[in-house]
Amino acid sequence: MKKPTVTILQFPGTNCEYDTGYAFEKLGYKTNIIWHKEDKIPKNSDLVVIPGGFSYGDYLRSGAIARFSPVINSLKEYADNGGKVLGICNGFQVLTEMGLLPGALKRNNNLHFISKHQTVKVINNDNDFLNRCQKDEVLNIPVAHADGNYYVDEDELQKMKENGQILLQYCDADGNPMVLNGSVEQIAGVCNKEKNVYGLMPHPERAIDIVLGSDDGVKMLKGFSKK
Amino acid sequence: MKAIVNVYLKNGVLDPQGKATHHALNSLGFSNIDNVRIGKQIVMELNSNDTESAAKEVKEMAETLLANTVIEDYDIEIVE
Repeated sequence: MKKPTVTILQFPGTNCEYDTGYAFEKLGYKTNIIWHKEDKIPKNSDLVVIPGGFSYGDYLRSGAIARFSPVINSLKEYADNGGKVLGICNGFQVLTEMGLLPGALKRNNNLHFISKHQTVKVINNDNDFLNRCQKDEVLNIPVAHADGNYYVDEDELQKMKENGQILLQYCDADGNPMVLNGSVEQIAGVCNKEKNVYGLMPHPERAIDIVLGSDDGVKMLKGFSKK
Repeated sequence: MKAIVNVYLKNGVLDPQGKATHHALNSLGFSNIDNVRIGKQIVMELNSNDTESAAKEVKEMAETLLANTVIEDYDIEIVE
């Protein structure tokens, strides 16, 4: 069987591109990292990932400047044609800044950079990303961010709920919602209405082996390959 | 001329930096404060003589890049 291909975007200040590549390769994908000055997303990409990091030093706002990189027009076209896109951490911030995902990510309410293992609950699994996870399943995935405080207004939130766009919620080990960073309804990840663009603050690529403290990221990232 | 763009979180969007600063000011003994909001100021030297067209252009800059209008408001001041 042909290996699915994951294209990983790299901006100045991106720092999770190699971890992300390693994780996907370990899970049987072929990966290629492309520099943000490229103006074409390779046609054979089965998934495009915007990895974590601090694109453009988080200047102005996290993700605000990456959004104007040359590769972004091609990414937008790719997503508009139904291509699958995953934004992890800074990638999630870029996708909200681009308007491919609703809402915005603000400074954490306690103003700290929060870096730790965190439990998150699966809210909707009826999508190409979390289809290997159970609804309400509690996953242990590291977080590392200063601007992860998800905000969306009440009307949009209501629409997102009706469309099953809420993916993950911060919770305690028993699955009870918990305040991590001040996010609206403790949201940790969302998708667009068409369910081809996904964004989350936790780092599944850092949870792919039990020696790393958790391998719960495997079933998340594997969701993108057909069963 | 100069353009000054002030960007701040919308009313109703919790401003954690403003809140923390408010607490710090209170603990320093400054108690007559109702609210603190923290924003940013972007100052641009413009190569233009036409205030009206400059204001229009700066508004476009604010809408597309300088502010994220999902969470932020902005105001623009053009100084001759």
